[in-house]
Amino acid sequence: MLTAIAIMALGAVVLGAALGYASIKFRVEGDPLVEKIEAILPQTQCGQCGYPGCRPYAEAINKGEADINLCPPGGMEGVQRLAELLGREAKPLEAEEKPKAVAFIDEQTCIGCTLCIQACPVDAIVGAAKQMHTIIDDLCTGCELCVPPCPVECITMEPIGENLDNWKWKYPVIELKKVA
Amino acid sequence: MLSLFKFKGGVKPQTNKAQSVSEPIAMAPLPSRLFVPLHQSIGGTPQPLVEAGQRVLKGQRIGAADGWISAAVHAPTSGTVRAVAEHVAAHPSGLTSLSVEIEPDGRDEWCERTPIDHGALAPEAVRERLREAGVVGLGGAVFPTHGKLTASKTVPMEELVINGAECEPFITCDDLLMRERAEEVIRGVGVFRDLLQPKRVLIGIEDNKPEAVAALQAAVAKLGENFAVVAVPTLYPAGGAKQLIRVLTGKEVPSTKRSTDLGVQCFNVATAYTAWRAVAHGEPVVSRIVTLTGNVERPRNWEALLGTPLSEFVALGAPKPDTDGYLMGGPMMGFAMPAMDAPLVKATNCIIASSPALFPAKAPEMPCIRCGECAKVCPHELQPFELYWFARAKNFGKTQEYHIFDCIECGCCSFVCPSRIPLVQYFRFAKSEIWAREKEKNAADQAKARFEWKTERDEREKAEKAEKLAKAAAAQAAKKAAEAAAAAAAAAAAAAAAPGDAGAETPAAPVDAEAAKKAAIAAAIERARAQREAAAPKNTEQLTPAQQREIAAVDALRQQAGIEPPPAAPEEPKP
Repeated sequence: MLTAIAIMALGAVVLGAALGYASIKFRVEGDPLVEKIEAILPQTQCGQCGYPGCRPYAEAINKGEADINLCPPGGMEGVQRLAELLGREAKPLEAEEKPKAVAFIDEQTCIGCTLCIQACPVDAIVGAAKQMHTIIDDLCTGCELCVPPCPVECITMEPIGENLDNWKWKYPVIELKKVA
Repeated sequence: MLSLFKFKGGVKPQTNKAQSVSEPIAMAPLPSRLFVPLHQSIGGTPQPLVEAGQRVLKGQRIGAADGWISAAVHAPTSGTVRAVAEHVAAHPSGLTSLSVEIEPDGRDEWCERTPIDHGALAPEAVRERLREAGVVGLGGAVFPTHGKLTASKTVPMEELVINGAECEPFITCDDLLMRERAEEVIRGVGVFRDLLQPKRVLIGIEDNKPEAVAALQAAVAKLGENFAVVAVPTLYPAGGAKQLIRVLTGKEVPSTKRSTDLGVQCFNVATAYTAWRAVAHGEPVVSRIVTLTGNVERPRNWEALLGTPLSEFVALGAPKPDTDGYLMGGPMMGFAMPAMDAPLVKATNCIIASSPALFPAKAPEMPCIRCGECAKVCPHELQPFELYWFARAKNFGKTQEYHIFDCIECGCCSFVCPSRIPLVQYFRFAKSEIWAREKEKNAADQAKARFEWKTERDEREKAEKAEKLAKAAAAQAAKKAAEAAAAAAAAAAAAAAAPGDAGAETPAAPVDAEAAKKAAIAAAIERARAQREAAAPKNTEQLTPAQQREIAAVDALRQQAGIEPPPAAPEEPKP
């Protein structure tokens, strides 16, 4: 009887120690789900979801505070991937899906006020006070945050058309022939 | 006799080569317009060096190589540049690319050509010459040749494989080149040999081209080289680089490695020819041999200028009335040219006029019956039917697990499929989707990093500002306290002093304070001026005379406007 209790107690102590060690050694920093959600988001940092950046939106989704269909740049595909990840129902996008675009500064009109530089979340605008500014289009995420602060309305969003660099082979389709 | 090896799979489509080999290579006449795309090879897009209205000579550089993996582009004939503008490209999409439009003057006047002696020069100089001459892989991949001519430091160079297999049906441009210009091909191979120093040089030619084999063997013997000219069995795609390496050397290039990792490098015969022209004659790549065949009255090979519009080129062969389109490349891997004014480029080895009789429309695609024929013929031992399922379901992760990027798009699987499934189209679709996603992912990661950096910077600036403000407030408070203390002390002192003296002394103190303040201001102005004079502008050290004149003019204007005092006149000391 005593031996049995002793063995059980010993077992409990050993297992408890092992578990305690594991919980320290393999501690997970942060919430892995937030990382996964953030990886799906397009990182435009545009704030169109109502949160100040993609990370805060990912955290809000994780907490269940935000819906998964608030990200227009991610498009319907993003919503579907989030739905798949979180096991939620895919919903139609809240806003309209726009073609990808980059900002363009009309350098003739720019007065060099630096307001757009301050607004750009990814430092994709270069320029200095009273010098005209320009967009580094490779870095522009098309978030449109620079458009409203411009006092002379010299920033426009230029859609990126199809070109030889971004052209993709299309999904093969079977041509339907008209039968008389 | 060299013992040959085999690669897995392969098919034997009808070769259809006899039509276009009966006549020798002919020089194509000058077209009325040339549209030379700047981007004709893998790597950076060359920067345009000419502008509309400029006269150019044949062989003059019109596009400068951008980056190391990039090759220059040259004017194919002398004439006038009409425009540097977007023009439809020789690409399945039908999209445009930046092209130089040249109106030939008919004189075909060469620019100055400087041959080099590659043996006497450093290998770097020879590679630079090839880059400047726009020499790229003419087998179809158009990879800049100089980028492949640096021997690996770790792996000894065993074999140099020269590809004259030309396995695609219809195409005969390399065949005719080897027959007619064998000596120059062999000399070009010699240049590659000198740069790479391989132990053996193997020239592989499919055994359906006995004349080419004989011509090259004769040239090798004549030049006293020890290259082995080997006839390899005719089996599509024996001309794929990895397949030919396998057949000639028995080495199988693993999926994640390149042939150089195994000590093998592979070049096309036409590339060797252009390399020799560039080295020994100083001629850049301005033309290439193009097979014009298919549904035409006079199929043959033409040496055509790059940039020749398709419409003017096909007219040379007199297409038959039922021609309904033109393929660039062979029937297995080629694509339909998108427009009749699309130009011939360095990658254009063949133009096939198609007709409903020549290439009958495929019956509709049927479901996959998992017969496994595609897996049997795949030269890379992939499982096309599995890839097909996943590509069709847009399950791109799985396609990568099944090594979709090892697919060379040779078309063997589509060729044998009894259900007529356009397998290669599915694979191309999947590949370009995966590439696009990868690009997007990289862009997103970059944006995220930049956003985090900016946020951090903003926060740090805010904290620094707050700290500064707090410090300033503290200093202000301390100063006020000190002043209050001083005032109290002064008051105490005044109170302690004799009342009679006070009347005489108090007016003197404000005068003193004012004078001290003025002196301090004058000193500060003086200091500022000294500092301004001491600091020489950093960007004015190495100015051209033109820039100096410009600056002098601006300074004069500024003086007139009264913004700045004349620099030479010493300023009067301020009171």
